[in-house]
Amino acid sequence: MSIAGWTLVFVVGSFALYSAIAVASRVGTTSGFYVAGRGVSAVANGMATGADWMSAASFISMAGLISFMGYDGAIYLMGWTGGYVLLALLVAPYLRRYGRYTIPEFVGDRFASQAARLTAVVCAVFISFTYVAGQMRGVGVVFSRFLTIPVEYGVAIGGIIVLLYATLGGMRGITYTQVAQYCVLIVAFLIPAGAISWMMTGTPIPQIGFGSPLIEGERAGVALLRAIDQIHADLGLPEYTGAFLAGKKTLPDVFAITMALMTGTAGLPHVLIRFYTVKTARLARWSVMWALFFIAILYTTAPAVAAFARVNMIQTLHNTPFAEAPDWFRNWAATGLIRFTDQNGDGLIQYSEGPGAELVIDRDIMVLANPEIAELPAWVVGLVAAGGLAAALSTAAGLLLVISASVSHDLLKSFLRPGMSERKELVAARLSAAGACVVAIIVGIYPPDYVAAVVAFAFGLAAASFFPALVLGVFTTWVTARGAVAGMIAGTGFTAVYIGWFKVFEWSGPESWWFGISPEGIGTLGMLINFGVTWFVSRRTGPPPPDSAKMVAMLRGEPGSETRG
Amino acid sequence: MSQLSPPRRDTWKRSLRLIAILLAIWFTASLGLGVLLVEPLNRIWMGGFPLGFWFAQQGSILVFLVLLLVNSVAMDRIERDADRSEDPEDPS
Repeated sequence: MSIAGWTLVFVVGSFALYSAIAVASRVGTTSGFYVAGRGVSAVANGMATGADWMSAASFISMAGLISFMGYDGAIYLMGWTGGYVLLALLVAPYLRRYGRYTIPEFVGDRFASQAARLTAVVCAVFISFTYVAGQMRGVGVVFSRFLTIPVEYGVAIGGIIVLLYATLGGMRGITYTQVAQYCVLIVAFLIPAGAISWMMTGTPIPQIGFGSPLIEGERAGVALLRAIDQIHADLGLPEYTGAFLAGKKTLPDVFAITMALMTGTAGLPHVLIRFYTVKTARLARWSVMWALFFIAILYTTAPAVAAFARVNMIQTLHNTPFAEAPDWFRNWAATGLIRFTDQNGDGLIQYSEGPGAELVIDRDIMVLANPEIAELPAWVVGLVAAGGLAAALSTAAGLLLVISASVSHDLLKSFLRPGMSERKELVAARLSAAGACVVAIIVGIYPPDYVAAVVAFAFGLAAASFFPALVLGVFTTWVTARGAVAGMIAGTGFTAVYIGWFKVFEWSGPESWWFGISPEGIGTLGMLINFGVTWFVSRRTGPPPPDSAKMVAMLRGEPGSETRG
Repeated sequence: MSQLSPPRRDTWKRSLRLIAILLAIWFTASLGLGVLLVEPLNRIWMGGFPLGFWFAQQGSILVFLVLLLVNSVAMDRIERDADRSEDPEDPS
C-alpha cells in the first residue's frame, strides 16, 4: 500500500477513536465541562497533560529545529521540561487546593479584584489564540503533504473533530481523547526514532544511539556527535555540539530564552487548568511528575532524532546529482518546503547555510520526512502523519477550552450575567467552545503573517503575566490588588513592546537588543519587571486585601481551611 | 489570620526548605551545567557526548524527573506527619 493509503488508514482510524471517546464521555454539568468532575487519576492526567502540552511544534518542528541549531536547541529541551519543576514546586498543588474552574478566577479571588480577573482573562485568551493558530497550521501541513488534500479541507476536517469532542464532552471529553492522542503520538514518534537509531548505530534506543559510534558509511566507528562535528567542519559550519560560537546564540540569550520558556510553561493557562481535574493537591503534584515522565520520553528522544537526521540528510543530499535525488526530496519540493537552486550550475546539490545556499529546507519537515529519508516502510510514514495530527489536535482542544471557559465563566457568569443558571452557563460554555473552534478553523485556513512572530510572545506573555502573579499569590501575603494589576500590565506591556519593536515591526536590529537578549527571551526581563512593579506598588497602596492571609493559609493547606471541590 | 499550631508552622517550613533545595538542584543541573558552565564541560567527552552538551540536551531532563519524584514522595511524607501531629490535639 502507498504512503497516502496508509496515512488514510491511520488518520481515519484515529479520528474514529477520538469521536467514539467523545460520545462516551459527554457531560451534563459545568463541573464536568470545566474540570472533568475532578475525577481524573494522576497517571491519566499526566498523560493528558503530555498530549495537551506537546503541540504540533513539539512533534513536528522541534527535532528539525534542533537539527539545524545543534547545541542551541537545548533552549527548547530544557525550557519546555524545566517549567514542570516550577509547576510542581510552586504552582500546581496550591492551585488545586484553591479549587474552582479557571486561572483568571484564581487571580481575581486571590487579589480580591475584578480588574485583576479581567486583565488575566485578556492574557489567557490572547495566549491561547496565538497558540491555536500554530496548531491549525500543523494540521494543514500534514494533510497537504500526506493526503494531498487541500490545506483548507484538512484544517476544516481536523477542526470539526475537535469541535465534536470539545462541545460534547468539555474537559472530560478532552481529557480522555488526549490520553488516546498521547498514545498515538508517542508510538508514532518512537517507532521511526528507534528504527533510525538501530540502522545507524545498532541500538534501538535513541538516547543510547545518540552517544554511540556510527556503524556504516565513511565515518563508521566514529561517535555520532563527533561525526557531525567533523561534517560541520568540512562544510565550514560552526561545531554542532559547541556553545556560543560565531553564528550561534550568545550566553545571555540562551540563558534568558531558557528561563522565559521555563517560567512561561509554568504560567500557560491550558496546562494550569489540567491540575484542577484531579481530586486533591497531592494528586496534582503526582500528576505533574507523571506529565514530565510522559513528556521526557519524547523530549529525550527528539535531540537524538535531530542528530540522526543531521547526518542522514547531509550524507544523502550533499554532492548528489539533482537528477538522482530521492523520491521524498521531490515530493517535499512539490510542496515548496524544500527549494533547490543550482547556483553553480554543476547539477549537484551542495549543502551549505546562509545566503547563496543551493538548498533551502523548511525546518518543520524534518520529523515528517525523516522516515522517508531513512527509507522506512510506508506504514511508518502514515503513522507519523497520524501522530502529528494527534499532537496538534490535542493541544488545540486544551486551548479552546481555556477560551471557552474564559468567555462563559469569567466574562458572562461573573460580569455580564451573574444570575445565570448552571444549565444556561453550560449552554454558553458549549457555544463559546464552538465559536472559538470556528475562529480557529478560519485562522488555520488564512494564517495571518505574524503567527510565527507571535508564538514567542505566548511564552513571554505567560512568563511576564501569570507566573509572578501565581507565585506571589501563594508565597506572600503582602500583594495588593493594585500591585498585582500594575505588575501584570507592566510585565506584559514591556514584553509586548519589546517583541513588537524587534520582531514584528523590526524597527531596529539585534545590535540594539537589551543585554543581548532576543525577543524570544525577553519574557525573563518582563517577569522580573512584573515582580519589581508588584512589590513597589503594593508597598505604596497597602494594606493587602483583608482576606489575603486567610486565603494563603487555605492554599498552604493549613488547618481550619477547607479545600473546595 | 488563622491560628497556626506549632507543628503546622513547622510543616510549611519543611515544605519551604524542600522547595529551596530542589530549586537549587534544578538551577544547577540546567542553567548551571547546561548553560553557564557548558564551555569548560564540553572539553570533557564521556560515552560519546561532550559533557556540557549532554547536560543541556539529556541530563537536565533526567534530573528534573528525579526532582519531581523526590518532591512527590517527600511532600507526601511531610503532609502525613502533619496530619498525624494534628489529630490528637485538635488545634482549632
